[in-house]
Amino acid sequence: MAVAEQQPLAEGTRTAQARVPTVIVDDVHIVYKVYGAGTGKGNAATALARLVLRRGGNPNVRRVHAVRGVTFTAYRGEAIGIIGSNGSGKSTLLRSIAGLLPVESGRIYTDGQPSLLGVNAALMNDLTGATNVLLGGLAMGMSQEEIQQRYQGIVDFSGINDKGDFISLPMRTYSSGMAARLRFSIAAAKNHDVLLIDEALATGDRQFQKRSEARIRELRKEAGTVFLVSHSNSAIRDTCDRVVWLEKGELLMDGPTEEVLTAYEAHTGK
Amino acid sequence: MSTVSETTHNGAVAVGAPPASTADDGLSPSQLAAKYGLSVSGARPGLAEYTRQLWGRRHFINEFAKARTAAQYTQARLGQLWQVMTPLLNAAVYYLIFGVLIGTRKGVDNFIAFLVTGIFIWTFTQSSIMAGVKAVSGNLGLIRALHFPRASMPIAFTLMQLQQLIMSLFVLVAIVLMTGETPDASWLLLIPALLTQWIFNTGVAMVMARLGSKMTDLAQLMPFILRTWMYTSGVMYSIDNLTQHSPTVIKVLLDINPVTVYIDLARFALIDSFTSAQLPPHVWLIALGWAAVAGVGGYVYFWKAEEQYGRG
Repeated sequence: MAVAEQQPLAEGTRTAQARVPTVIVDDVHIVYKVYGAGTGKGNAATALARLVLRRGGNPNVRRVHAVRGVTFTAYRGEAIGIIGSNGSGKSTLLRSIAGLLPVESGRIYTDGQPSLLGVNAALMNDLTGATNVLLGGLAMGMSQEEIQQRYQGIVDFSGINDKGDFISLPMRTYSSGMAARLRFSIAAAKNHDVLLIDEALATGDRQFQKRSEARIRELRKEAGTVFLVSHSNSAIRDTCDRVVWLEKGELLMDGPTEEVLTAYEAHTGK
Repeated sequence: MSTVSETTHNGAVAVGAPPASTADDGLSPSQLAAKYGLSVSGARPGLAEYTRQLWGRRHFINEFAKARTAAQYTQARLGQLWQVMTPLLNAAVYYLIFGVLIGTRKGVDNFIAFLVTGIFIWTFTQSSIMAGVKAVSGNLGLIRALHFPRASMPIAFTLMQLQQLIMSLFVLVAIVLMTGETPDASWLLLIPALLTQWIFNTGVAMVMARLGSKMTDLAQLMPFILRTWMYTSGVMYSIDNLTQHSPTVIKVLLDINPVTVYIDLARFALIDSFTSAQLPPHVWLIALGWAAVAGVGGYVYFWKAEEQYGRG
């Protein structure tokens, strides 16, 4: 709470006017259940015994308190990097902002529907890349004409066809990098009010990373808010003007990119 | 929850309110959200708004069903031919067992047409329900990646089954013609019969989709329930011949079974020797009633958990 309340002082002087909030995270705690975490032996007899006995809940379910009381407000036109070591709750927080994970307590308010773009969010593997472009666009609420207009742009941006006609092959034949590139291209084709990106930039090659960083800057100009979870400090420096540092589910620091990254690098001993 | 954040906030405002550069600084997060019209993330829209959103995605539903149908047999060498082969082989197997070996055909005129109609209509409901069970749980990648009304999924899957059925209908019509039936105006009754059945299937599929998204064991259990349902639905034998001496309760129960109703209607439409005397009383009313109950009930039931799909 205290950290977040200092925030308006630092930020307020820079863009005092026309600061329209797009995402408000209010004292959010996130607890999720992990299945299959216990020591229960995985055979039929023990599973049945668990069902019959029902002693003190399922030992295979463990509760993980991933985010503990995080508060901040994001404004229109900001690109916010979220940093922290592995398991610090970055992706969990992002999934909650996207409305995919319920919060235990606190509230998350958003402007419109945030779109989460993650590396492991597979589209339809049995279908061709071209069909995925069409279906992804339709699912996001674009019209058929809109998709037809942007189709070539999406394919070119993804670079899928650079090495032959891959767009007409099923997505299961793609490499993980290719699939991630196509997914990013589909999602970035639409102007989102709030776009959440989870490590998506790390999967593409250098050339694609440059292209997607440019697209993120473009999306910000179109009055959107972009969140970026990344372990690459250079990617965050190139795209973000504000950084939120999470550690063990708590908000450690929130401020201008350089300031927070310097502290973070000192902390990680870089 | 709300009281806690309220108190912390009032405290924070009283103590540490910065020199107000904008009017927003003194507002609590919930007040700020209200001022700029932000909504709680992941909240479920109202039923009317949800229906409007769903209607907005009708092209998505249609294209999704088309694409999945096309992709279904891409791994098989005979490809799309299986769309017709599967129902045909099913009919052949049941004809061999029930028509030739056991001999339920005694007392049924044109048993082949009778049997094949039953199998195809039953398969439509059966595969819609099975697809419904996995409509949400089998598409988590898509559901977690993109935002759209989740009811699109079960609807698209039953639409796929409808397309499949229409392929089967060509086989059915060929068989029915070969067995000496002549096309007449009553064949048109197939359209309202299949339409009400599709609505019924979609409603049940939406119920199954919600159940299947939480109970992962359902996909293992369903084949047994469905098989029981099939054997009580008169797919392979005439219920009338079997229940001549049964109590009326059983007769009525078997007669209002939705699958029996839809099968009877299709048989009535296609087979001349299947007369209206063989139809249960008020059959169209029952068909319509099941479609309305399952359709509306299933839709509302599915919508009630909209914000929970793909979570966890």
